[in-house]
Amino acid sequence: MSRGDQGIEVAGLHKDYRVHRRKSGMLNTVRSIFHRTYETVPAVRDLSFTIEPGERVGFLGPNGAGKTTTLKILAGLLHPTAGRVVVAGHEPRLREHRFLKRITLVMGQKQQLIWDLPPVDTFSQNRAIYDLSRASFDATLKELDELLGIGAIAEKPTRQLSLGERMKCELAAALLHRPDVLFLDEPTIGLDVSMQLAVRDFIRAYNERTGATTLLTSHYMDDVAALCPRVIVIDKGRLRYDGALGKLVEKIRPDKAIVLRYAHRPDRAALERIGTVTECDDAKAVVRVARPDLREAVANLLLDPELSDLTIEDPPLEEVLRELFAQSAAESA
Amino acid sequence: MRILSAYPTLLRIGFANAVAYRTEMLVWMLTMTMPFVSLALWSAVAESVPVGRFDQKSFVAYFLATIVVRQLCGAWVVWELIQEIKSGTLTSRLLKPIHPLVVYSADNIAAIPLRALFAAPLALIGITSGGTALPHEPHRVVALFLSLFGAWFITFFVMVIIGCLSFFMESSASIFDIWIACFMILSGYLVPLELFPSWVRGVAEVLPFRYTLGFPVEILIGMSSDAAIARGLVIQLAYGCGSAAMALALWRSGVRRFGAFGG
Repeated sequence: MSRGDQGIEVAGLHKDYRVHRRKSGMLNTVRSIFHRTYETVPAVRDLSFTIEPGERVGFLGPNGAGKTTTLKILAGLLHPTAGRVVVAGHEPRLREHRFLKRITLVMGQKQQLIWDLPPVDTFSQNRAIYDLSRASFDATLKELDELLGIGAIAEKPTRQLSLGERMKCELAAALLHRPDVLFLDEPTIGLDVSMQLAVRDFIRAYNERTGATTLLTSHYMDDVAALCPRVIVIDKGRLRYDGALGKLVEKIRPDKAIVLRYAHRPDRAALERIGTVTECDDAKAVVRVARPDLREAVANLLLDPELSDLTIEDPPLEEVLRELFAQSAAESA
Repeated sequence: MRILSAYPTLLRIGFANAVAYRTEMLVWMLTMTMPFVSLALWSAVAESVPVGRFDQKSFVAYFLATIVVRQLCGAWVVWELIQEIKSGTLTSRLLKPIHPLVVYSADNIAAIPLRALFAAPLALIGITSGGTALPHEPHRVVALFLSLFGAWFITFFVMVIIGCLSFFMESSASIFDIWIACFMILSGYLVPLELFPSWVRGVAEVLPFRYTLGFPVEILIGMSSDAAIARGLVIQLAYGCGSAAMALALWRSGVRRFGAFGG
């Protein structure tokens, strides 16, 4: 199987939901027995993008932006209302077995592990369903065990595993058939910081080892920053940005934050001559400076003998996205 | 081919799951002991004089056979389907390269040995009660096993049909309630069908309920003629094919709708 057909193509994708609407109150409840009012709600509108084989792409947007809907369409669970979708050379909505063998969808909030049995039983079931040879199954499981450390936990009933342990086993169950395309929907949701790091490291390592195309949604911007050189941002179902993560930050927030620490309270007036002061207290100040002026600003700040520490930071991704969504809301208005 | 090679593993996992849920299963099996109530009532009625062909011993054999057949031919896929369609957890099944009904069927069949364990003592009592004439001719033994499989097959696919209605309505649990109410009366579960007036028997003969329970029970206790067995097997086959075709069509249409509206 060539890697050439592992990519994803989405062109003019639309997805509408037909939603039943009812006002509150007893009268409206009775009325709805005889007459129901439906409304068409657009979830995805004219979305187009292409993902090359082996790419790791972050798929971002606020709640209700259409991310999960798009992922479900790409995995063949939802049918598009209009538009063209091709994943690994297949039309997902047909849900051909050859297609299903080449993809996986991990949803942080839904699980495939059998609740009362140890994960090894789900692994065996998947071996049978995906028609994996014993040798290939053992080799993949060994590899996944090396990356995830699931050896001991896989033999305990799923219900007795911690959330993090369960997610590790979910990932293993979802990847036993060595899919070429990974759709990860909030894979780190609810996990503690160390488990988030472990899952993140695993996703990167798996992508590097296998060259699997990876599309990830996450509300944890650290996941996206650590894993995805490219991001696709959607809001209200429409594409808002598609490109390098660094460029997005530069585009939305063309300044950098200089974090300064002092032995005593800094001189706010002096700092305001250098840039925009966003924080200034007893021993710390944050000054925002346009990227082209950064070198000169730092040189000036370093002249202050009271300065004990200086770091330069990009604005947090959350802030960048908030501004992007605010801009798109203003445009829509 | 993949289904055949995967099925033994699916059965093994299904059995492990049934063992894990043994307490729930035992409670569920106990809910199927309603025929004991019927047995007590009808035994009292038949104490002095037989009711039709049934004396006290025949009632014991009949109702114990009813419980045994119900244990062997029951299917609960309807509950899994309703719950998984409503919660959206069906998605993980839809992502697998195997028809989900194959996996559901393995789960249901895999629990039969455990249920047979529960049914075995009842079957033993039934046999020793003296009210039964267990089939011993080879063709009748074969017919018994065919009728048991047919009863399970129809029950499974009818449960799939009812479960699939949840794709189209808020919940199809109420439809199941209607089915089970009709089943209680028209399958021979609470009252042997031959004790009903002839017009009710006529109705029961053509509806599917009898073929999910009463028909194999009648073969098991030796109350059917060869001709009746042959006719019953043909009707079972027709209901089996019909229910499977309808279930698959509803499934396809339901999954399309699930795909259109989201899960």
